[in-house]
Amino acid sequence: MGAAAEPTTTTTDHEGERPTMLKVTGLRKVYDGGAVAVEAVRDLTFELAEGELVCLVGPSGCGKTTLLKCIAGLMPPTGGTVELEGRPVTAPPPDMAVVFQEYGRSLFPWMSVRANVELPLKQKRLPVERRTGLVREALEAVGLAGSADAYPWQLSGGMQQRVAIARAVAYEPKVLLMDEPFAAVDAQTRADLEDLIRALWKRLGVTVLFVTHDIDEAVYLGERVLVLSSSPTVVQDDVTVDLPAGRDQLTTRRDGRFTELRTRVYAEIQRAKRGDAGADGRPQDRTGGREGSPVAGGSPAG
Amino acid sequence: MRRGPAVLTTGAAPPAVPAGGGARTRRAARAGPDRPLLGALGIAALLALWEAAPRLGAVSARHLPPASEVLATLAERAATAAFWTAVGDTLTGWALGLAIAFAAAVLLGLTLGSLPRVRAFTDSTVDFLRPIPSVALIPLAVLMYGTDLRSTLLLVVYASFWLLYIQVLYGVADVDPVAEQTARSYGLGRLARVRHVVWPTTLPYLMTGLRLAAAVALILSVTAQLVIGSPGLGREIAVAQSSGAVASVYALIVATGGLGVLVNTGVRALERRVLHWHASVRGEAAA
Repeated sequence: MGAAAEPTTTTTDHEGERPTMLKVTGLRKVYDGGAVAVEAVRDLTFELAEGELVCLVGPSGCGKTTLLKCIAGLMPPTGGTVELEGRPVTAPPPDMAVVFQEYGRSLFPWMSVRANVELPLKQKRLPVERRTGLVREALEAVGLAGSADAYPWQLSGGMQQRVAIARAVAYEPKVLLMDEPFAAVDAQTRADLEDLIRALWKRLGVTVLFVTHDIDEAVYLGERVLVLSSSPTVVQDDVTVDLPAGRDQLTTRRDGRFTELRTRVYAEIQRAKRGDAGADGRPQDRTGGREGSPVAGGSPAG
Repeated sequence: MRRGPAVLTTGAAPPAVPAGGGARTRRAARAGPDRPLLGALGIAALLALWEAAPRLGAVSARHLPPASEVLATLAERAATAAFWTAVGDTLTGWALGLAIAFAAAVLLGLTLGSLPRVRAFTDSTVDFLRPIPSVALIPLAVLMYGTDLRSTLLLVVYASFWLLYIQVLYGVADVDPVAEQTARSYGLGRLARVRHVVWPTTLPYLMTGLRLAAAVALILSVTAQLVIGSPGLGREIAVAQSSGAVASVYALIVATGGLGVLVNTGVRALERRVLHWHASVRGEAAA
């Protein structure tokens, strides 16, 4: 966020070779519920390059949240590894922030908006002036500069999620994990928040992994869409979204290419639901039939 | 003429609204600004009845002196230093006992509440100790401490500790997993999570416990003085009784009731202050 004032240039360049930021290898999670063990995630392998915005979609109950918690270091995986900049993740890493779907439960009602955003920075032992600056910039970035002294429960749902996003942004993470963050807000607010995420991502150069069940949202937001199979989960498809970087709720969603990509992801999800994803592997053509130039972050699954 | 009842129904807030604002608006709508006035009238009616009953011979004035006589005795007593010493002693036993119980319950509750195995180990013991009536400890208290303040404290602490402790355990168990994960993902360590997540989550439970414990602590404080004879309002009542000063007995009982009201008002004010963010207090402001 310190760099927020001066725009960063590296982030919009999504063509060049970029170092790997987040690497998930053979991730497996089995919930051992006494007599019955449930395999939530079977074998997940993918990578995010530095500064990439990747969306993760899958049928409901496919273990998206489980995966995210493993990546965030909140839950130990049964097998496989998660690496952040080459270092294995075993506890919540200081370079990572998570935005949860349940903003109402993720924000602390006993703290003002300002205190909520500032708390993680206090834990980082940043000096007061720096904290104040970061909090102010983050709240300005999400358009809530005037609500610093309010309490979360005095705000609307969309505004509360903005506070949660501001808290994540002020933390200055290298990787931002978002777990269906807009699933509980209304459609108009949702469109605004989607654009907010695109704008913040471009401005801050942060690597974003955005989990959603909404196919349109995934295609609209992402540079890449990872489609997960139903449980037990593997990466079923990896779709590069070759839409222009400047996206707009009206024109982008009207774009023929947008429709093509959405159709493709939709078909994959349907296939995942039927459960005939699978062992036979993944489609050869990663870019969905147009100019096959697989770019950032190849993810050889399986 | 259809409109009347319809408007009335709309006027009463929907019953589904939980505690807080809804209840307040509903009450306000029904009782309106007359509420304090009605309360005052109620007390006046009670005093009138109390005054009339012995005077009309409905009850023996020897067993229930009229209200005016009791209040006059209370005023008389309130002019003496001994009365205020007794009040001070009662409040000392109350406050000290409550404070000890509070500190112990919070400390133990936060610790044991976060250690499921230790908690399981102690649960049955707690279930056994908790229902023991504090007054059953009176002989023990006398054996150990005589008529000392410590006798009173033993009873007060024992009675109020369990009320607070159980509430802290409930509070700790109620910590929202999402809040907990949020705190962990932002690097809050164990102690920081206790301070910023567990403690605020526990507070509403703890305040409920405190309200109950504050009342019980006063009861036990007076009981100990009454039965054991340690200094305070309770002992004054016992002395008045044995010397046949019936009006004094009533006057002192009224004084203990007054203390009870004060204690309750105080705890409620504290609750509103401490839990200003909580759904039970914040009222209409909620989104």
